[in-house]
Amino acid sequence: MKTSVISGPHVAAPRRVDQIMRQVIIALAPAVGFGVFLFGWPALYLLTVTVLSAMLFEAACLKLKGVAAAPSLRDGSAVLTGVLVAMTLPPWAPWWIGVSGSAIAIILGKQVYGGLGQNLFNPAMLARVALLISFPIEMTTWVNVTPLFTGPGLAESFALTFSGLPIPDAMTGATTLGMVKTGFSQNQILPQALGDYSGILAMIGWERGSLGETSGILLAVGGIALLRKGIIQWHAPVSLLATVALLSSIFHLWDSGHYLSPWVHLNSGALILVAFFIATDYVTSPNTPLGQLIFGTGCGLLIFVIRSWGGYPEGTGFAILLMNAVTPLIDHYIRPRIYGRYRNGKPLDISSS
Amino acid sequence: MYVLSAILILTALGLLLGLSLGIAAKYLKVESDPLVERIEALMPGSQCGQCGFPGCRPAAEALVSGSAPVTLCPPGGSALVEQLARLLGVDVDLSNAQDQEAMVARVSEETCTGCTRCFKVCPTDAIVGAPKQIHAVVADACIGCKKCVAVCPTECLQMHPIEVTLRNWRWPKPLAA
Amino acid sequence: MLAFLENPRLRGGIHAEERKHLTSGQAIVTHFPLPKKLYIPVQQHVGKPAEPVVKVGDKVLKGQLLAHSQGAISAPVHAPTSGRIVDVKDFPAPHPSALPVRTVVIESDGKEEWLETFIPDDPFQLEPEEICMRVGGAGVVGLGGAVFPSAIKLNLGRKNNIHTLLINAGECEPYLTCDDRLMQEHANQIVAGIRLMLRGMMAPKAIIGIEDNKPEAFSAMQAACRDFPNITISQVPTRYPMGWDRQMLRYLTGLEIPADGRATDIGVVVHNIATAYAVYRAICLGQPLISRVVTVSGEAVANPINIELPIGTLMSEALAFCGVDKAKMARLVIGGPMMGDALPHADVPVVKACNGILALSHREIHEPETQACIRCSSCVTVCPVGLLPLEMASRIRVNQLEAAVDLGLKDCISCGSCSYICPSNIPLVHYFKFASGELVKRQQADHKAEQTKRLMDDRNQRMERIRLEAEAEAQRAQEARAARLAQQAAQQKQREQAEETV
Repeated sequence: MKTSVISGPHVAAPRRVDQIMRQVIIALAPAVGFGVFLFGWPALYLLTVTVLSAMLFEAACLKLKGVAAAPSLRDGSAVLTGVLVAMTLPPWAPWWIGVSGSAIAIILGKQVYGGLGQNLFNPAMLARVALLISFPIEMTTWVNVTPLFTGPGLAESFALTFSGLPIPDAMTGATTLGMVKTGFSQNQILPQALGDYSGILAMIGWERGSLGETSGILLAVGGIALLRKGIIQWHAPVSLLATVALLSSIFHLWDSGHYLSPWVHLNSGALILVAFFIATDYVTSPNTPLGQLIFGTGCGLLIFVIRSWGGYPEGTGFAILLMNAVTPLIDHYIRPRIYGRYRNGKPLDISSS
Repeated sequence: MYVLSAILILTALGLLLGLSLGIAAKYLKVESDPLVERIEALMPGSQCGQCGFPGCRPAAEALVSGSAPVTLCPPGGSALVEQLARLLGVDVDLSNAQDQEAMVARVSEETCTGCTRCFKVCPTDAIVGAPKQIHAVVADACIGCKKCVAVCPTECLQMHPIEVTLRNWRWPKPLAA
Repeated sequence: MLAFLENPRLRGGIHAEERKHLTSGQAIVTHFPLPKKLYIPVQQHVGKPAEPVVKVGDKVLKGQLLAHSQGAISAPVHAPTSGRIVDVKDFPAPHPSALPVRTVVIESDGKEEWLETFIPDDPFQLEPEEICMRVGGAGVVGLGGAVFPSAIKLNLGRKNNIHTLLINAGECEPYLTCDDRLMQEHANQIVAGIRLMLRGMMAPKAIIGIEDNKPEAFSAMQAACRDFPNITISQVPTRYPMGWDRQMLRYLTGLEIPADGRATDIGVVVHNIATAYAVYRAICLGQPLISRVVTVSGEAVANPINIELPIGTLMSEALAFCGVDKAKMARLVIGGPMMGDALPHADVPVVKACNGILALSHREIHEPETQACIRCSSCVTVCPVGLLPLEMASRIRVNQLEAAVDLGLKDCISCGSCSYICPSNIPLVHYFKFASGELVKRQQADHKAEQTKRLMDDRNQRMERIRLEAEAEAQRAQEARAARLAQQAAQQKQREQAEETV
């Protein structure tokens, strides 16, 4: 007996899913734009091919599922995933890295779980980690800063991205974290292991690194804009960054020869991107403020542990995936206190007062 | 030599564990199966036979032995299915479950002859009346077993859906996915 | 954003577009033309329906009792005007289903003749019990929407020695301004009503909570309370659902009512501001609750206003008076847009609970397609109770009601904040209403099953008894036959012996 009785509320908030996705993409735009400027046309090609393939895979999966693809594509989640995958890739990576990344993110990371809102792991981080393990060479070939119009032209860039033109060795180097890791393995200690590191340039993003991760300041601006708009909550980013900063401060003070300073930690790798845009992913992070605090703290802890003692120079991807895996557990145990009840669900006892 | 010792050790381990399992099964045995009683307590208890078993107790036994699905009882509805699934630890997809609409018998006053056959078969004494008098069904006590419909010689007993009033109106399930 | 800087007494909530300006600037209209026929349902309150005391054809005066309360929790209804009873029948109720309810129909004679009533010289000298009795007799019920008989709450307050009367003037629903206007125009009368309530409950003090989007009402009330130091007025932030009595209570006093308790358990009784006005009218003017101020608003209404309507007026007539554009009306709502119900048609009477009649346009209801949940947890953030609406709804969607109950379904107040905020437009609160109804249904089914078992046992015992009796009867018959046979045999033997001796 299904009837068309309509329940209240009869008004609705103006913010919809597609608007949220659009706002997040806009918040990412400065960092992405800067990345394209920093690394030239190959970066733009990679970005384009990643985003387009992400949309294509989304459409194909929905077709297989037998659902109309257009409404789901319009919500912008596939585009956002594509952008995030591209941002974590080395800027001059070949096209098939981008396409594989999209395929992993959309198909394995999202659609096999049942689509939007169902996945356990963050699709972009899943793609990043899977690619890093599968294609270690391509995924760690970091090109030097070659701003637009100073590097290869349109045609040469096209060849770099699409037809396997090798990148000259002279144009590549290591990221800050990679360089430090290598230095430690050669028994160097810190100020030397950092080489010609500049804290200011690192903050602006004028350094080797993934397409959209280098500029901490632009990412932070985007993240704070999202916070102000109320699209993301402060709990996860703040706890994540605070944990990394606190731990690195303690260890840096204890042994400044073997532990990076908090400043280097905050401005290296994907930390700011992860804090504001990945740890706040609605689907894969906990539902409650306290849960998000735990999630952020856990991510920060794992990031610091992997960066300091792990085999990989950068640990954000692994940290996020590990914490994604415990999110259901956090959500199961951390629940808000219900009005008139204690946290354990028992009604308040007023007989004593 | 290593291979031999490994084989020996694992064999010994297997024997030991098997033995302890056997001992445990013997000494920690659960005497009777209380599950049947618990399930029977959940069932409507009207012995209506709609499940194909002669009563609620046989149905409960069939459930415990696993020869009947938890969805066997139409009068119990999805509430019973959920409870049974929980008790028996089986997964059941309730998303498409649709309770059949509750029906009650009603006497059509034009054709009732007062033959009293219906209230002799009513398991809950929901039909009131006297010989040669028009009978009536007490809707609150009727369980919709349809036994009276079968015996009525003039087909004056018919099943009707329970009347919806402001008191028993409920919000329908939202249509959207 | 900076949720950690916020008041811990205030949790969740939303700020919807208020749209109160449509009606807040205009005085309450009191010249609504008396309708020809008024339809007064006998059930306009929580509890048992009232029992009609009038017959078809009776002449009644304005304010005369139409149906008396029956049972412990009930309230009477009175004639909103003078005239003749033309029918007592089933008539559609102002309810989303528009199912019929027993309704007294009055044909007005246009004379508006009042019933003579006793008005005390100094109402503030009345005994507390007397105040409660008069409030009950006047059919006053909670006008904030709960429609709980007020007299019962007053009595409960007196018996529990409460320390505070909280007057809820939140009016947090968008569009509605009837309480706002009432405070601006009848502040003194409301304060008199509050003082009567205090006396009725023998309570020492009252707090009035007014949302800070009603500054005029606040200053009017402040002026009216100047001489009464035991009545304080507080401004509360404008955030829906501030009018949820427990939310306002927590904000103003820091007290929280246990989930299994009532406000009186912590020494507080909460009444609505419009109820205070009704109490004033009942005692100082001797007028039962036969009319109320209703906000008629929405984009499909040409002249949105607050209007005093007799109980029993058909909504269609009220809407016509305000110039409704039926083509533009996408939805008719009784109450506010958050918790109010959509009605299938307007030919239903205005009842005591009706504080708003909204004719909303397509643009206002703004109903995009439902999408998949993206687990954004906005619903968790806005829930004033502290529930996990997304989790509860996903359980209910697959009919796992017990799991939803474990998550706190029974603590849901159906405020609709979650559905409002949901970016995927999932009808969360509808799921909860469905589940709550379904649970009641199951409870009733369990009850019935128990009864069925009892009935069957009775029947089986009776059958057994009948069988035993029949068996005993058969036994007796057999014994009797055997005895007879034995006797015959004995006689035979005697005869034979006699013959032998002969």
